[in-house]
Amino acid sequence: MTDKNALELKDLSVAYRVGGRNRAVLRNVNLKIGAGESYGLVGESGCGKSTVALSVVRYLPRNGSITGGSIALDGQDLMKLDAEALRRARADSVSMVYQDPGKALNPSIRIGRQLTEIFELAGVAGQNATDKAIAILNRVRISDPPSVMQRYPHQLSGGMQQRVAIAMALANDPSMLILDEPTTGLDATVEAEVLDLIGQLRRELSASILFISHNLAVVSNMCDRVGVLYAGMLVEEGSTKDVFNDPRHPYTVALLRCLPRGGQRKDQGRLDTIPGFLPGIGANIVGCAFADRCALATERCRAEPPPLYELEDGRLSRCHYHDKAQSLPRATPAEVSAPAPKQAPPVLRVEGLNKTYGSYGHPLRAVKDVSVSLSPGETLGLVGESGSGKTTFARLLLGLVAPDDGGSIELEGKKLAPRLASRSEDQVKAVQIVFQNPDSALNRSHSIRHILSRALKRLGGLSGKTLDTRLEELVRSVRLTDRHLAVKPRQLSGGLKQRVAIARAFAGDPRIVVCDEPTSALDVSVQAAILNLLADLQTKQDVSYIFISHDLGVVRYLSDKIAVLYLGRIMEFGPSEAVFSGPHHPYTEALLSAVPKLDRTESSRIRLDGEIPSAANPPKGCVFHTRCPRKIGAICETQEPELTEAEAGHTIRCHIPYAELARLQASNLGQQPSARLADGVS
Amino acid sequence: MVFLGGQVLPGNVGRAILGPFADQRAVDTLNHSLGVDRPLLVQYGSWIWKFVQGDMGMSYVFRAPVAPFVIDALGNSLKLALIAFVLVVPIGILGGVIAALNLNRPLDRIISLGGLSVTVLPEFVTGIILILIFGVWLRWLPIAATWPKGAGFFTQIYYLILPSLPLFLVLFGYIARMARSGMIEALDADYTRTAVLKGLPWRTVIWRHVLRNALLPTITVIATQTGYLIGGLVVIETLFRYQGIGSLIFTAARGKDFPMLEAGILTIGIVYSVATLAADFLYSVLNPRIRLGAEQ
Amino acid sequence: MSATDTPIGAAPDTTTKRSPWGEVLHSLLRSRTFLTGFGIVLFWVICALFGEHLVPYDPLADDIINALAPPSAEHWFGTDQIGRDVFSRVIVGSRDILTVAPLATILATIAGTALGLVIGYFRGIVDDVISRVLEAFMAIPVVIVALLAIVALGTSKTTVIVVIGLSFAPIIARTVRSAVLAERELDYVAAAKLRHEGAMHTMFVEILPNVIPPILVETTVRLGYAIFAVATLSFMGFGIQPPSPDWGLSISNNYGMIGGGFWWTVLFDALAIASLVVGVNLVADGVHGAFND
Repeated sequence: MTDKNALELKDLSVAYRVGGRNRAVLRNVNLKIGAGESYGLVGESGCGKSTVALSVVRYLPRNGSITGGSIALDGQDLMKLDAEALRRARADSVSMVYQDPGKALNPSIRIGRQLTEIFELAGVAGQNATDKAIAILNRVRISDPPSVMQRYPHQLSGGMQQRVAIAMALANDPSMLILDEPTTGLDATVEAEVLDLIGQLRRELSASILFISHNLAVVSNMCDRVGVLYAGMLVEEGSTKDVFNDPRHPYTVALLRCLPRGGQRKDQGRLDTIPGFLPGIGANIVGCAFADRCALATERCRAEPPPLYELEDGRLSRCHYHDKAQSLPRATPAEVSAPAPKQAPPVLRVEGLNKTYGSYGHPLRAVKDVSVSLSPGETLGLVGESGSGKTTFARLLLGLVAPDDGGSIELEGKKLAPRLASRSEDQVKAVQIVFQNPDSALNRSHSIRHILSRALKRLGGLSGKTLDTRLEELVRSVRLTDRHLAVKPRQLSGGLKQRVAIARAFAGDPRIVVCDEPTSALDVSVQAAILNLLADLQTKQDVSYIFISHDLGVVRYLSDKIAVLYLGRIMEFGPSEAVFSGPHHPYTEALLSAVPKLDRTESSRIRLDGEIPSAANPPKGCVFHTRCPRKIGAICETQEPELTEAEAGHTIRCHIPYAELARLQASNLGQQPSARLADGVS
Repeated sequence: MVFLGGQVLPGNVGRAILGPFADQRAVDTLNHSLGVDRPLLVQYGSWIWKFVQGDMGMSYVFRAPVAPFVIDALGNSLKLALIAFVLVVPIGILGGVIAALNLNRPLDRIISLGGLSVTVLPEFVTGIILILIFGVWLRWLPIAATWPKGAGFFTQIYYLILPSLPLFLVLFGYIARMARSGMIEALDADYTRTAVLKGLPWRTVIWRHVLRNALLPTITVIATQTGYLIGGLVVIETLFRYQGIGSLIFTAARGKDFPMLEAGILTIGIVYSVATLAADFLYSVLNPRIRLGAEQ
Repeated sequence: MSATDTPIGAAPDTTTKRSPWGEVLHSLLRSRTFLTGFGIVLFWVICALFGEHLVPYDPLADDIINALAPPSAEHWFGTDQIGRDVFSRVIVGSRDILTVAPLATILATIAGTALGLVIGYFRGIVDDVISRVLEAFMAIPVVIVALLAIVALGTSKTTVIVVIGLSFAPIIARTVRSAVLAERELDYVAAAKLRHEGAMHTMFVEILPNVIPPILVETTVRLGYAIFAVATLSFMGFGIQPPSPDWGLSISNNYGMIGGGFWWTVLFDALAIASLVVGVNLVADGVHGAFND
């Protein structure tokens, strides 16, 4: 490390004023980022990550205030600056990029103007400023900068907007670049592109980077050193490799175990979880903040706050027992009773399902000619970027949206009416859903008891005493207690709300439950518990899942079959292991390659160029040919390939023969094809 | 709709005019001469057709064409409304902007609560209080809006200050409130954070990045306020004895002079539509999302 | 119990111990705006209920000899053209307006809520057509609608209530509709469909409780405008009729003499209207703030 740090936080404490009281968000955070260094800050939501970023640029929300400590940027104490000096510091030495680029750019000013005004601050105006703006857009790999400069933000895609935001951040050649969840909310392939860009820029530029993310894998790929934040405190710090491979704080240990890694599957064991809850904002913490959730905790942990112990190699851990951290016992036993494989007729058979929306006179084919089948107790994972038709397909199954004529959905051998209203009571209760966002899925005016009782009454056909008995069972089956029944949804945490939503879906003993991104709004520790619960319920009740997720690690953990969708078409369908281990469709290959891996194994990655085409105007021929890295020629542009069987039960929609795909993909992956793909972790 | 209001609701026009004790034959004769005994749709068609040609019909009361009355009154009302409008738009916006920039400080409280209070008061109440203060006690301003014949431009304005003030007050709070909430939203927006973190001077952030986005919604709202403004004119013109479209409608309603009433109200409808269209146009010119939406 | 039993603690969030309504009440009671407004409104409600027992003179009794007397120890607010005591009239004058305006508001709220729920929930052509009609309706100033209707139907308290109620109903319907449009996109409505719930259950049991906050806010705001409208109509001679000591009516009868310096005949009525309207709007502002914190 150089003698002068790009950024140094000393005992930084920040509080938010809520309900007339100051509540601590950051507690004595110390950290140093050296010149040219890239530092990652990770932690679950509510731990104070973004507050660190906003403190550094002195842009806390109105109710936030720095209650102690200091922030030094290039050795200059930011706390002592007056308004003008602070402005100069922002103009000259620090820049920030954050989540949701669509909101970060001014909607009513052209891109060009938003860039040139930065150069004007530095005294460069007119044509010179325009030239510099073009140069910086080139630098973030935007093609045709002059035309992009004429546009307004809403005319650019999300990925392009984030590139522009990065260009704006780099325009003043900052010594400190703060990236706060810069790829959260972007599609996997776009995220990969943006991360690649940041990686390249890191090598080209001199700026130090503070990279903030909830995604451990992303941080592990982008950063030299990493700090783990818990309840507003830095609990562990060290080189990225050390922290992720050899964690020294029980929280880091537990967090890493919550992730489905290395191609782990539900029948190989449950994920570990972290019991209990994060201390609330402003909670009074005596002793170690993690003690209540830590199986290693002793009386000492509860009474005596651990200091940040300095370990070898400049590592830090805020744990009295940092040498024993890795012996943390599992909170959740791993063993499972593997269900006996059975031969049963499919519970669901979908043939030639289509859905066309009319969109300003253009037919928009949201789902085209989809056929799948699913056995009882199996999970079908639906994979694809946004706009691929995953959710529409789920809504067709549920009857919330009526499909085009032709095509059929059969449930246990009986045809399902296209519209929900014409389905029988039995069919209605047989197909249920767990939505992505429990805040939207649970009626906020009703108590949990009301929500579940109503479901039991309508779906279970129960009443009176039997209903009460069943209600108790149901609540216990999702591991809630009677105490939770009296409250309204907003009095529960996200994970508990999702359990209520799961209980509701199971009220009428469903045959199929659609899970539409059920964990994407949750932190990893909560996600693990929900995935375990879903897996347990499936074993116990022999229910089938249609599981939608953008997180391939999660999909792989829970799924027996996978369908990969692109522009409403199935590009690949087959047993989960076959699809993940390959050979696979070039699109699947690209999706897998886009997933950031926790273990850094650099290899040539496959990147998709360009945007996802509009479903209203899909490319001719193979719909994927505009972005396909393995396009073979004119046939791809003129003729749409059929879904052909590669192996038994594994179909791929591609003109390249299966054997050829196998050869291409093996050579691309080098010597260890499966090892790299095995870490489908987000 | 206006037509229906004027023609159908009274039932028998002739009876309404001549009163309950008139001879039935007189009522019939009058109805026939007015043409109100024809089928409704025919009446409506011919009324619209004539209106388009500039013939607004004959006044029942004055037994003279309606058009000159309406046009004169409209001109007078526009004078009054314009004075209020020209003053209130910039001052209201300025008030809202200043309040937002001093959020939750005393200045904001004063503008917000003051604005709220004056906005919700009926025009005749503020009118009476203003007349008492400026017309009766201080004797600075004339209490009736009837200027001497041949009065010049500035004299007319002098006479119109007091009548336009209540209209100003009603609109001020409303516009200031909209501008304030638009500003708060824009100040909290991510793009404002981006602009500040670029190191732009505060002045530039406000002028270039905040104001335009903040005031877009206010512009549409101002146009919808023309409706309230017209409602206010009825009251104000009565209170100040001013010959405008509002007092014309009021007098026509009292005198059951339906052609006059209909013409007056239709004129208001046209003014309102024009104002709304103008606002829509302005909004789409200022908002690139709408202007360029088709390219996406 | 299964192998993956995760201990679940109590509700973790310390900030949400109160029920949502308790929280609204709590923030109302801490709002100075609300309390001030509430105090003013309460004062006038008491005057409306018990006014004649509180005032020194019969508000309707004339006393020609003492006509147009300026404020004095005997007549705190002076007397009007036929010698009636202005103070007594102002105190009792709140009764009619505080009957008519709230009833009109209740009518508007019920009609508007029902209409807004239905068109927001069913959408489609019915919504398009009704929304257009409502928009056209709202384009005409309330005063003019009222004027037309009252000319046609004649003046009575009932007419004023119905006219103002129906003129405000579209505004409430619009508020309810936009709230319902947002609600029906939420997944709990889809979940209700997936239980085969009927439209009535979905509208009234699932959606209605969630749109009550905006309805309450809009209703308090509308009450302010209803008072505005009733006072204005009375002033124009189309509202409350003599011999009521109503404020708008009194101003209407006396403002012609304003040039003669008889300010007390109108000033106190004007201030009374002003205080009531501002009071109601302070309450509305407080309610709005409490729901949007």
